[in-house]
Amino acid sequence: MSGLARLKELSNSVCIVGVDESDEIGTLPNKSQLTLHVEAVSNAVRDAGLRMSDVDGVFTAGQHSPATIAEALGVIPRYVDGTTVGGCSFIIMVGHAMVALHHGLCDVAVVSHGESGRSGVGVSPRRDTALPGQYEMPYGFGGAPTYFGLITTRHMHEYGTTLEQWAQVAVSTRAWAGLNPKAKNREPITVEDVLKSRPVVWPFNVLNICLVTDGGGAVVLTRADRAKDCAKKPVYVRGAGEGAEHVMVTQMRTLTFSEATRLSGEKAFTMAGVTPKDFDHVMLYDAFTSGPPIMLESLGLCKPGEGVHFFAPGRSTPGGTLPINTNGGGLSYTHTGMYGIFPIIESVRQLRGECGARQVPNTKLSLVNGMGGMLSAAGTLVLANDT
Amino acid sequence: MDLVRPLPHPITPEARPYWEGARDGKLMVPKCRACGKPFMYPRVMCPHCGARDVTWIQASGRGKLFSFEIAHQILNKAFKVKTPVVLAMVELDEGPRLLTNLVNVTPDPTALHCDMPVEVVFEKLTDEISLPMFQPAGSGGAR
Repeated sequence: MSGLARLKELSNSVCIVGVDESDEIGTLPNKSQLTLHVEAVSNAVRDAGLRMSDVDGVFTAGQHSPATIAEALGVIPRYVDGTTVGGCSFIIMVGHAMVALHHGLCDVAVVSHGESGRSGVGVSPRRDTALPGQYEMPYGFGGAPTYFGLITTRHMHEYGTTLEQWAQVAVSTRAWAGLNPKAKNREPITVEDVLKSRPVVWPFNVLNICLVTDGGGAVVLTRADRAKDCAKKPVYVRGAGEGAEHVMVTQMRTLTFSEATRLSGEKAFTMAGVTPKDFDHVMLYDAFTSGPPIMLESLGLCKPGEGVHFFAPGRSTPGGTLPINTNGGGLSYTHTGMYGIFPIIESVRQLRGECGARQVPNTKLSLVNGMGGMLSAAGTLVLANDT
Repeated sequence: MDLVRPLPHPITPEARPYWEGARDGKLMVPKCRACGKPFMYPRVMCPHCGARDVTWIQASGRGKLFSFEIAHQILNKAFKVKTPVVLAMVELDEGPRLLTNLVNVTPDPTALHCDMPVEVVFEKLTDEISLPMFQPAGSGGAR
């Protein structure tokens, strides 16, 4: 069997059957990180109409190992995965779960995220500073904005992108947050509001940068044949892909383009048999306003330098031609630190038609793409509500 | 004397020539003998071709400001240099890129531009550690 045939065999073989957040998201000084995991998995398993004892595959990234999560859930998994390559790890794990489920290594997989990113409850120190400590931190680098700003400044130099265009990403995303009762910041903002907000690291003001919150999220998957017996309409994983290029920004082949993102999209689109132009709904990891446009460029939805045009009024915005980040994004809904579980949850809810005021009519094919680190690693999913 | 910056830590064995060079006012970078390409950060295998035949060269110290930011706040409490500070990525004439600070400039985005020529200048932190920094080419003098 050819590599392509093997890849195609995976397409639509598994479904997402349960999704949910922890009981609350936001500022939660009374909940430990582990509690956020447990709440999210418990809620997502209930959403699927399954019991915790059905779970036999545990996938998680971050501080806690999958064994810790399994123990807290009271299950004994026969498949575990703790791939931790940044916030996109959960998106990548949907692909890993697909392979494990397809080959019968497990039957019900949960991908779990919990992070007390704001309050730091039940958190242990984790940062790997072996290389940044030697070459970056003596200069004041540290914290994501100090790295992503370099990518952003160079993009402005090469393509003439403006601060106003980046700001439009925040404005569009906030408009969606206004329609999501769970979003942290819901008041509408203007381009001028973004440009006049507190400077942090030029070219970023505070409204160019994601929130810092506490929360959890989980996704439950099973094979397509079993998915039909679950509580909700199944969402098919039509394609999945991943990539990992670098960790330190100095090592990027092209500072304004994510090779990891390109690889992840190429694999997912090939598996799914779709082109970058086919989507009617898009979720992108928006830690910074410049992230989503560069991801669209790296995925091939447009040429390098043209990604910001997707965020003009009437395109990504409510009622627009290609809705993007309809939950309000990391910029306005929630961002716990490793945000990647949340765009999956939103994509599934849109494909099920559960989104109320922010529901995108007739959503059939949704793109989820996320990054880990500074466009360092990436995961892409093609999700659909039929085969 | 209180340090205004965190010292590089941990200094790894494969990077010792880099830091010893900086102490002596020289910007040393690893170079692959097999494919001829210099690279950063120091490691025992060439990231371009995979060869395990690495030597060291003294870089010219000249390069260009590949990208930059103006930091108005620094999260790391051990970094006490007065803000705003210019955080920079420099591409050396020899090819490798490194993160650094751009000094002896006005920290204003309208006064700086990508690809402007820069040159190395060393800031002594301790008897053992000096940090390579960069300033606009032709600024002259040591800091």
